[in-house]
Parts: sequence; structure tokens; C-alpha cells
Amino acid sequence: MKKTIITVVGKDTVGIIAKVCTYLADSSINILDISQTIVGGYFNMMMIVDMAGTSKDFNSVADDLEQLGHDIGVVIKCQKEEIFDSMHRI
Amino acid sequence: MINTKEVLETNEMIEKENLDVRTITLGISLLDCICSDLEQLKKNIYNKIYDSAKDLVKTGDQISREFGIPIVNKRISVTPIALVGGAACKTKEDFAEIAKTLDEVAKKVGVNFIGGYSALVSKGMTSADRLLIESIPLALSSTDVVCSSINVGSTKTGINMDAVRLMGSIVKETAMATKESDSLGCAKLVIFCNAPDDNPFMAGAFHGVTEADKIINVGVSGPGVVKTALEKVRGENFEVLCETIKKTAFKVTRVGQLVAKEASARLGVPFGIIDLSLAPTPAIGDSVADILHEIGVEHAGAPGTTAALALLNDQVKKGGVMASSYVGGLSGAFIPVSEDQGMINAVEAGCLTLEKLEAMTCVCSVGLDMIAVPGDTKDTTIAGIIADEMAIGMINQKTTAVRLIPVIGKTVGDTVEFGGLLGYAPIMPVNKFSCDEFVNRGGRIPAPVHSFKN
Repeated sequence: MKKTIITVVGKDTVGIIAKVCTYLADSSINILDISQTIVGGYFNMMMIVDMAGTSKDFNSVADDLEQLGHDIGVVIKCQKEEIFDSMHRI
Repeated sequence: MINTKEVLETNEMIEKENLDVRTITLGISLLDCICSDLEQLKKNIYNKIYDSAKDLVKTGDQISREFGIPIVNKRISVTPIALVGGAACKTKEDFAEIAKTLDEVAKKVGVNFIGGYSALVSKGMTSADRLLIESIPLALSSTDVVCSSINVGSTKTGINMDAVRLMGSIVKETAMATKESDSLGCAKLVIFCNAPDDNPFMAGAFHGVTEADKIINVGVSGPGVVKTALEKVRGENFEVLCETIKKTAFKVTRVGQLVAKEASARLGVPFGIIDLSLAPTPAIGDSVADILHEIGVEHAGAPGTTAALALLNDQVKKGGVMASSYVGGLSGAFIPVSEDQGMINAVEAGCLTLEKLEAMTCVCSVGLDMIAVPGDTKDTTIAGIIADEMAIGMINQKTTAVRLIPVIGKTVGDTVEFGGLLGYAPIMPVNKFSCDEFVNRGGRIPAPVHSFKN
């Protein structure tokens, strides 16, 4: 299991989740968990995904998602889970 | 499983509060490069550093990309060059040749500083140590990224006053040699008491002789994160204040630990230490002085500042120690003037003086750091300031350091601009009374007793 956290932040619009999920499905990246909220009109989504099944390397997935975010007007970040684990778990 | 709140908190720290890993520093021993032929020695040094560090920058950037955490600097520290060059260097110019080799290979592998143009002379100087020290003005004026540090005292040995006196002149000569760039050479020269062998921060980093062949040391930072955390507990008592700093320092340090472990694994180099330091930058919101302000003093330097800094420094260590398996280096809050906008503001407001800064160095790392003084400050006065700071380190069994910049051609009221991480600084006044007879005595100040601590 190669857990990665994807965060999407930006102005809410139609189809954000659909577009991100389509990309992940096409890349054989499995979604383990999704949570999403809208705060003050701003869309906030966090996904935990497993990248063990994809043939793409981390950098190209991160680049693709960044570009996708740019196209739909949101910011998409891709970070390995360990940074959050080490900061918030003893 | 990680929740949204935690993810957002981490990313907020990175994006809005300047959380970063300040440096990954690769320590490299050059002892196996020693050779009596200078040309061969230079080749050995170049090859060893190049082979060891060629992937350092790439690896640092990749870790940064994968975890989404900025790693600001990738650096190298090497064995003190006075030890490495002693057999081959017969003149100052010979030593400066080694500095040029270090500069060349550092630029080749893409690091932004290389430290270790150093001599450890806390008790006495060999002729190689003296030559290296005398070559510093030439070395620092003919290179760009080489940093130099000289250890002139320790709790165990006392203070080598001959070296202190010499360094007073060397600081001044370095200022003269780099006067075209506002005496920038002095920003790359530190004088230490109790210098640590594993410090990852510049300009004082060197790879001590007690270290392994290669080692990864990481310096974390995060004044902005601490400041933001403290904004949420305004008006609360000291217990709440201290707990908040401690918890924040823990989180910041854990990021450093993760990065250090990753870098160590990927480069195949053992992990050395995490340096738990609050290192400011000139960026707005990345200031130790702003934390002191948040704790409750109007400006750094106001009454209460030393106490506030003492508690800050101690809580950072308490939080950080548990977050990392090995802690070392300088580990404490840095209070450089030019690199901290809040400190600059305090000086400009007339609140912070050289004397108050000296008092503050008694309770934090590291010392009188990045302080611009008038260019006509006498050599002996600089030596006197160094001696005072070394005495604080010697008696309190802690590391202290001096990085003063006598800016040639400028005086109180002027401002000097170093650029980048080094920032800018107003020239601070220096006490005009003489200490010539004191620093010209020659010899050593004996080591202090280690009992009867009252």
C-alpha cells in the first residue's frame, strides 16, 4: 500500500470530484477515503488514495493533477501520507 | 486514519506560516584526502565531495516534492580544513587554493553553502591553524559559497585570547577585502566557543573529527508556525503558553525527522542529528522577534525579553527532543538581526542594543549573529566583543558565537543590504571605550571550575 493524500481547494464548481476521480480511475489509483466540505463558497476535499496499482510514478501523477487543477480552477496537491502521520501521530 | 482537519493544519503551516525544513546538510570527512602534495590534495577533496554529494540536491528536491514540504537549503560541511590542509599548505595562498576547490565543487553539485573552512584553536594554534586563519580574508573574498568558522574557546579549555585577538583583526581584514559588497565576507565567518561537531546551520557548520565518514544532519525551522499558534492563546497564563510552544515544536520537529530519515535512506548515508532551532528568515511572518512580541513584549529588547526568550528556547527543546531520535547541533532559537524583520524593526525603533543582544545570548543559541557595526570599529573592540561572548559560552557550558559585520564606509544611521536569506540591517552603535590593554595581554583565559556553580 502506497498511501497518498490528495487535497483539492478552490472555488466550488460542477464536476470537480468527477474529473479528479476519472483521472484516478484511468490511472488505476484506488480511492480509500474521501471527505469534502464547502466553507464560505470554497470547495475543500481530501482524498486518501493507494498508488500501489498504478504504473505512473509519483511525480507524473502529481504533475498531472496539478495541471488538471489548473484547468478547472482549483489547487490540487499530492503528498505522501507520512508527512501527516509523522506530524499528528506519535 | 488521517482526517481532513489534520491535513489542512499541516498544509496551512506550510503555505501560510512558512513551515519548512531549513537545511539538509551532508557532513563529509576529508581526513582520508590528506596528502602532502597540494595539487593531489585538491583533487582528492574535489573527488570525495563530488562523489558523496552529487545526488544531494536532486534527492532533497524529490523529498520536497513527495511530501509537499519546502526544503530551503541543501548544504555540505567538511572536516576543518586546517586539519586537512596542514601537510600540504605552506602559505596563506595555499590554503586559499583549497577554499577555491571547495567553492568549485560546491557549485558543481549545486549546494548553496559549504562549511568547514575552519580551525579548532580553543587551547592553542598549530602553524597550520594560524595560516588558515590568516588566509580567511583572501579565501572569503575569492570564493562565493565557502563558509568559515573558528572555535576559540571551550568550557573544558578556557579561551584562547591570542586567537580572539587575531580574529578581531581577521574580521576587520575580511570586511576590507569584501568592501565592494558591503563587507559580505564577514557574513560567512563565525567565531565560536564550544562549537558543536554536528551543526547543520551556516555559516558555522563543519564536520567534526568525532563524526562518521558521512552523515546527514537536518535543521528544522518554523518561527511563523509558533507565532500563529501563540496568537490563539493570547492572554492565557504561562502554563498554556509553554504547552502551546512545546506541542508546536513537536510537530515541526517531526517533519524534520521524517525528511532526515528519508534523505538518509535515499542517499545511503547515516542519519546524524536534528537541530531543533527556530531559525528566522527576512520573510514577513518568519521571525523570532515576532514570537517574543506575541509572548508580550512590545519589541524585542524591551524588559522581559530575556525571560521570554529563555522560556521559548526551553519549550522548543522540550517539544523537539521527544519528536526526534537524535538531537544535536545548536538547537535553540536564533536571534540574528539582519535575517529577522522583527529584530530589524526593534533596532530601528531604538529598543534593541548590542548589550541587550548579548544578554539574550545567555539563554538561547547562538550568539551575536549578523549584526552590522560601523566600519571604523577598532580590531581590538571587535576582539573585546568576541571575548565577552566566548566568556558567556565558557561559563554557561553552551555554544556561543559571534558573526559581526563591520561594514566598511558605513556608520550608525546607514543600512546595509546583504540580499537573500542574509537580509538587511541597520548599522548598530558599538561602545566606544577601549579594551586595548585587555585584549593585547596575550595568552589564555584558564578553564573555569566545574563545581561551586553558585
